[in-house]
Amino acid sequence: MKADKNFVLGVYEDEDILIKAIKATRSAGIKIQEVYSPFPVHGIEDALGYGRSKMPIVAFMFGFLGTVLALVMQYGMMGFDWPMIIGGKDFVALPPFIPVTFELTVLLAALGMVGTFMVINDLKPYNKPRIYDLRITDDKHVMAIDLGVNKVNKNEITKILQKSGAIEVNDKNFD
Amino acid sequence: MSDEKYIFQPETKKALIIAAVLGIILVIAGILTTGSGSHGADEHQTMVNASENLLASTDHTALVAADAEGDHHGETAPWLKRLFTNLWINNVYFTGIAIIGLCFVAIQYAASAGWSAGIKRIPLAMASWLPFAAVLMIAVWFVANHDIFHWTHTSLYGADGDDILKGKQAFFFWPLTGEGGLPIFYILRMVIFFGLWYMFFIWIKKEMLAEDLNGGTKHWFKLRSLSAIFLIVFAVSSSISAWDWVMSIDPHWFSTMFGWYVFASWWVTGLAGITFGVIWLKEKGYLKIVNENHLHDLGKFVFAFSIFWAYIWFSQFLLIYYANIPEETIYFIERMKTSPYSWVFYVNLIANFLLPFLLFMTRDAKRKMAIMKLVAIIVFVGHWFDFYLMISPGVMKQQGGIGFMEIGMTLIFGAAFIFVMLTNLAKVPLVAKNHPMLEESLHHHT
Repeated sequence: MKADKNFVLGVYEDEDILIKAIKATRSAGIKIQEVYSPFPVHGIEDALGYGRSKMPIVAFMFGFLGTVLALVMQYGMMGFDWPMIIGGKDFVALPPFIPVTFELTVLLAALGMVGTFMVINDLKPYNKPRIYDLRITDDKHVMAIDLGVNKVNKNEITKILQKSGAIEVNDKNFD
Repeated sequence: MSDEKYIFQPETKKALIIAAVLGIILVIAGILTTGSGSHGADEHQTMVNASENLLASTDHTALVAADAEGDHHGETAPWLKRLFTNLWINNVYFTGIAIIGLCFVAIQYAASAGWSAGIKRIPLAMASWLPFAAVLMIAVWFVANHDIFHWTHTSLYGADGDDILKGKQAFFFWPLTGEGGLPIFYILRMVIFFGLWYMFFIWIKKEMLAEDLNGGTKHWFKLRSLSAIFLIVFAVSSSISAWDWVMSIDPHWFSTMFGWYVFASWWVTGLAGITFGVIWLKEKGYLKIVNENHLHDLGKFVFAFSIFWAYIWFSQFLLIYYANIPEETIYFIERMKTSPYSWVFYVNLIANFLLPFLLFMTRDAKRKMAIMKLVAIIVFVGHWFDFYLMISPGVMKQQGGIGFMEIGMTLIFGAAFIFVMLTNLAKVPLVAKNHPMLEESLHHHT
């Protein structure tokens, strides 16, 4: 069976049951593709075993890039391209460069983080999102399990989901 | 919740007393090595010449020269002048840490903060230094005013006096004039500020301790109102005390950022003090209810306000740099380009901005006690340099420096401060067991 095509969906009504179900499912050796919920559920990323976000490193990298770019840009502009005397200061003087450097650092860190977030979450423009179940935007939590990557067979998974408190267990296929 | 109490161990007392004695020895060594020679006069002349060259094209020259003559009024020996300078630096520095303790407690109440419920006794104990600070500050002012504060010389306000200071005399001498000699308004402000701070300290402390006995939310609501009023009082008084105690040392110079600048420096030092105190107690086995989530919040405070300090520092610097008005730039020329101070100027920036910024940037660093202790110590030393740089160049001119006397005096003040703080900490329960938000603090998660 191909990966990322055929899914079993467990539908849950309550977030406490959901978190217990996530733990039970994972301890049964089943890989969870994703859990969809209409609101943020506290502690869900711990239950899913997600590690720390690497976003701070991205922020630092882009911020540092901004610092370097800003300094190089101003050095080039004021030192070589179009030197101007402002207030009798040197052409290349560090203090007046600092505000621009600060702003570009912040700007690049922020835009870089937004961009990285969109790329890693596949949020490109005109991307048609997969809808596992319409009720995830309303009042149901949905746990999606990819049959293609799990060695446990479908009946077993269904049984475990039902036992863990799912109100429905559905199939979903994407072609 | 058990009634956890800090016990002020004899070993700790002994260590503090040894530190203080060592401080006294260092101060004496400093006095002996500074001596009473007048070799500083030549250097002083060079500096006046330098300023004259710098300001050659402005009529400000006359003013600087007058300033220089003014300094020769008193015949105070260099070592005594340096001793007074040191007393004043440490007074301002430790008064700041003490009042920030109270300010921190007040902000926690005014903001209805829950996370800090378990650690408020530490900043409260820091504020116990306030009465000692008040006595020391006022006593040192009366002994050393002519040496530290140029504006106190009455001859400046006569017919051929200093026009700039004449314009400012009401701020110091009201209802008298400058020739009257006693700066009543100035002294009154000092007394009133310390009085108000101490009054609010007693008031807030009383309510906090009453809450331990009675429980309920009545005390919390009263504390919140008290804190809000105190914060308004402190907002005004901290600014004015910064002008009075620090900025008026360079009486011809002024900066509209200065109140904020001193507050930022005090505030981040105070936060480092709270952080260090909490960690120190935790390592001794106290404060079990404080975990790395609370430390993380304290770390975020120190990190954020180190940046805030740098922001204020830079805002003040950039305006003066760009405007390039001689009477303003002289302040930075004295500090940045003049001999005993220029290294302190850069150390100040590295220790107070660059190091905390880089060391505290990651989440893990703000949750590890070893790194937090390191950063707290860097901030303590860095902001001591900051106050040194605000005060010493204006008083000592080129005769200043950092030697035995500076280290010794800081040791004496530091040991006394910690002694008073720990004595008062030992008197009350370490944890406010009836604080309505203690439960929230226990489950705090960042």
